Amino acid sequence: MKDEYILRIEDVTKDFPGIRALSNVSFKIKRGGIHGLCGENGAGKSTLVKILAGVYSHDTYQGKIYFNDEEIKFTHFSVRQAIKKGIAIVYQELALVPQLTVGENIFLGREPEDKGIISWDRLFSNTKEILKKYKLNIPFSAKLSTLSVGQQQMVEIAKALSQEIKVLILDEPTSALTEAEINFLMEILKHLKDSGVTCIYISHKLEEFFRITDNITVLRDGLVVDTVKTADTTEEKVIAMMVGREMKERFPVGNRKPGENILEVKNLSAENLSAQGKMAIKNISFDLRKGEILGIAGLMGSGRSELVTTIFGEYGKQVNGEIFLEGKQVKIRSAREAVNYGISLVPEDRKKMGLVLIQEVFKNISLPNIRKFSNALSIDKNKELKECKKYADYLTIKTPSLFTITESLSGGNQQKVVIAKWLMSTPKILILDDPTRGIDVGTKYEIYKLINTLSENGIAIIMISSELEEVLGMSDRIMVMHEGKCTGILDRKDATQEKIMALATGSKNYSGV
Amino acid sequence: MKTLNFIHKIKIDIRTYTLIIALLFIWLLFGSLTGWIFFYPRNLSNLFRQMTIVSFLSIGMTLVIITGNIDLSVGSMTGFVSVIAAHLQAIMLPKFLPTLFSGLSVEALGILSTIITIIICLLVGVLLGIYQGYIIAYLRVPSFIVTLGGMLIFRGGVLGVARGRTIVPVENSLRWIAQGYLPKNLGILLLVLTIIVIYLMSMQSRKKKKQYGFEIKPFSYDFLIASAYSALVLGFVLIVNNYRGIQNPVLIMIVIAILVTYLANNTKFGRYMYALGGNIEATKLSGINVQSVVFKVFILMGALSAVAGIVLTGYVAAGTIGGGTNYELSAIGGCVIGGASLMGGKGTIFGALVGALIMASLENGMSIMNMSVFWQYIVKGLVLILAVYVDVASKKNNS
Repeated sequence: MKDEYILRIEDVTKDFPGIRALSNVSFKIKRGGIHGLCGENGAGKSTLVKILAGVYSHDTYQGKIYFNDEEIKFTHFSVRQAIKKGIAIVYQELALVPQLTVGENIFLGREPEDKGIISWDRLFSNTKEILKKYKLNIPFSAKLSTLSVGQQQMVEIAKALSQEIKVLILDEPTSALTEAEINFLMEILKHLKDSGVTCIYISHKLEEFFRITDNITVLRDGLVVDTVKTADTTEEKVIAMMVGREMKERFPVGNRKPGENILEVKNLSAENLSAQGKMAIKNISFDLRKGEILGIAGLMGSGRSELVTTIFGEYGKQVNGEIFLEGKQVKIRSAREAVNYGISLVPEDRKKMGLVLIQEVFKNISLPNIRKFSNALSIDKNKELKECKKYADYLTIKTPSLFTITESLSGGNQQKVVIAKWLMSTPKILILDDPTRGIDVGTKYEIYKLINTLSENGIAIIMISSELEEVLGMSDRIMVMHEGKCTGILDRKDATQEKIMALATGSKNYSGV
Repeated sequence: MKTLNFIHKIKIDIRTYTLIIALLFIWLLFGSLTGWIFFYPRNLSNLFRQMTIVSFLSIGMTLVIITGNIDLSVGSMTGFVSVIAAHLQAIMLPKFLPTLFSGLSVEALGILSTIITIIICLLVGVLLGIYQGYIIAYLRVPSFIVTLGGMLIFRGGVLGVARGRTIVPVENSLRWIAQGYLPKNLGILLLVLTIIVIYLMSMQSRKKKKQYGFEIKPFSYDFLIASAYSALVLGFVLIVNNYRGIQNPVLIMIVIAILVTYLANNTKFGRYMYALGGNIEATKLSGINVQSVVFKVFILMGALSAVAGIVLTGYVAAGTIGGGTNYELSAIGGCVIGGASLMGGKGTIFGALVGALIMASLENGMSIMNMSVFWQYIVKGLVLILAVYVDVASKKNNS
C-alpha cells in the first residue's frame, strides 16, 4: 500500500460556455472505502466524475488529479484509458444494448477471440464466473430487454467489475430501482468494499449515504462545501450543507379542504400492451375530490403509470370500465380529449414524454396552450411570451432566458418547465407521475409547496411517487397498487411506511424485503 | 446574463451566415475561374431560374424533413404532373375546348386551356399527397417506404401517360409562366412596395413589443436590419432588370417561400410541426393531433410537387418521360445543406433555398467551365457531405 488515498483531486476548475461547473474543487478519496458525493442538481457532481472517468480530456479543465500518487491526464474521449487505469463509471442512464444478452453486454468491445472469431464458449463461461463471483442471480444468456431495470443495473456493474476495476463510480444508481433492488445493491457494494474496490457513490437519496458510505463530500454550485466522516454527521446537517440553509421540514404543511367529487373511476381494466392476454391494470375503482391530493404508491411495474396513462386516454385500446367526470360518464380516447376535459398529465419520463428538448423553453411551455394565443392565421407571439414569462416566474424556473434550449437546463428546472406547461392549461385534474424523480432536495421542496398551493386552489391532484416518505408526506389518501390491482386505499392518518410496503408487495404480513 | 444572451444570439446567426458566406465564396470562385462570365446579369438571371423548379420541392421537403419524415417520390410526382399537364394541353383539351367555346379566339382558348390545366394538375398533386400522407400518418407505414414505392409508381404513371413519347406542343400561356419575365416597370413598382412593407413591418413589430412591455432593441439596430433586407431585394431586382426583368417562376417561388415561411413560423400548424419533429411522444401527450399535422404536410408537399411539375412543363415546353428524374435528391440535398436535420425538428425554408441556390450555382458554374458531367456529379456529392460534416463538427464544438 502506497498511500492512504487512492485519488487526490486538487484545484479542479471546469468551465462550460457561460457557466463555471466546478471551481477549485479539492478533496481526497480513501483507498478501499465508499465515498459519497452529494449536492443539488447542477452542483457539479456529474461533471466531476466525468472528469475522473476520462469523458472530458485533461485540456478542458484546470487542476490536477492524482491516482495512486501519479498524475493522470486523459486525452480526448479516453474512457478506455480510464478503464485501463482502473476507473470505471456506471451511469444514471443505462448504457447497455437491450437486444443483446447479458454476456454479450458485459464483454461488448472486448469479446474473447480465437484467431479473430468470437469464442462464445469462453465468453459465456467468463460471464457465469463473474456473475457467480458477485453473487448476481441473473441468467447469463438472457436478453437484456427481458430483465428488470434493477437487474440491468447489476449487469452494468458486473460489466465494470469484469475489467479489474480499482475505482467504481456510481452515478445515481438507485433512481430507478425498487426498495428490494436497492437493498440488494447495498449488499453488493459492501461486498465490493470488502474485496478492496473503492467506490464513489452519487445519489439523491440521503439515507443511502448513511447506510453505506464512509465519507461524504458535499458540493454546492461547483464548490466543495465540506468533506465529512459519515459517522460524525446527520441527514439534517448534510441537507443544510447542500442547500446552504437549515431545512426544518422535508414536506411543507398544506391547508387543504377537499371539496366535492370530481373524478370517479369504476372497475377500470386495460390489457397489457407488450404481453398479450395479460392485464396491465385490473378492476381499479377510486374517486377523487376537488382540492385533494391522492397519492399512488407501488413498486415499479405495479401498474401505477399504466393506470394514469389509461385515464389520460393514451394507453392501448382494450380498456374496460367507467370514468365519471363531475358526475357525467366520459370516454377518453386520446390525450387531446383528456386535455379538453381539463385533465393534465406530467409524465414519468420528462425527457422522452414531457419535453421537446431541442426547442426553446417558451415553446415547450406553450405547446399544449397555443390555441389560447392564436387564431387560424397566426400566433400572437408577444402575448405568448408574456404568458410564458408569467408561469416561468411563478415557478422560478432558472434559465438564462425563455429562448434557451430546454436541453441545457438542469433536471429540476426541466421538470418545472413540464409543470409550467400544464399549469398554463388550467387543469381541473393534475396527474403527476413521479414528479420529483432525480430532482435535488431544494427543488423538490419547491415542487411540494407548489402542489400544495394548487390543491388549495381547488385542483384535484393524483401523485405517483417512488418514495414512501413523499407519498406519506404529501397525500390526503394513498392508494397502493400491486401487480395491476389496487390493494388498498389508506387515509393519511392511518398510513405508515410498513402498511404501504405490505400492500405494495402483496403480503399481508410485512416482514421486510 | 445579458452579455451571455447576446453571444448566444450571435452564435445562432453565425450558422446562417456561414451558409451565405459559403455561397458567396462559391460565387467568387466560379467568377474568377470563368473570367467573370458567371457574374453577367444574363447568367445570374438564368441561375435563379434554374434553381426554381427544385426549390418548390425543397420548400415542401423542408416541412417533411422537419416532421422527421422523408419524401423520395417528389421527383417522379413532378414528372407525372408534368406529363399530365402536357397531355391535357396537347391532346385532351384541344379536342373539346374549341367546340365548347366556339366563340373564343385561339389566344383566349390557350389561356383557358392553361387555367384548366393548372387546376387539374394542382388537384392531382393534392390527391397524390392525400394518398401518401394517409398511409404514412394514419396507417403508420414509414415514409421512406411509402415514398420509395411512390417513386416507382409515379414513374410508371409517367411512362403510362406518355407512352414513350415526348408530348408536344404546350400553350404559349403555359410557357410564359415558366419562361416569361415581369415587365421592368412592374418589377420596380414591386420593389418599392416590398421595401415599404419591410420598413412598416419592422416598425409594427417594435410597436407591438412596446405595448406588451418587452425590451426592444435600439432603433438603429432594427433600422439596419430592415435596410439590409431592403438592399438584398434592391440588388436582386437591379441585377435581373439589367437582363430582362424578374422571371415569372422566380416570383412564384418567392411568394410561395414567404407564405410557407409564415406558415412554419407564425401558425399553430407550424409550431406543432417543429414540436412533433423534435419529440413526437411529448407532442402527442400535449394533446396535439400529430397524425393530422403529418397528413397535411404531405398534402402540401403534393401540391408543391404539382407546382414544380407545371413549371417544368412550361420550361421545357413539353412533357417528357425523364422529367423530374433525381429531383428528390437535389431537393433533399438543398434542405440538408440549408441546415435541416434528418432527425427532425430543425430546418428553415430560407436555409433550404440558400442550399438549393448553392447546388444550382455549382451546376451552373461547372457548366460554364465546360467541366465534364461526371465531375459535376462527383463535386455535388462531395459538397453535400462536406456541408453536413461542417454542421456536425460545429455542433460538437459547441457542446
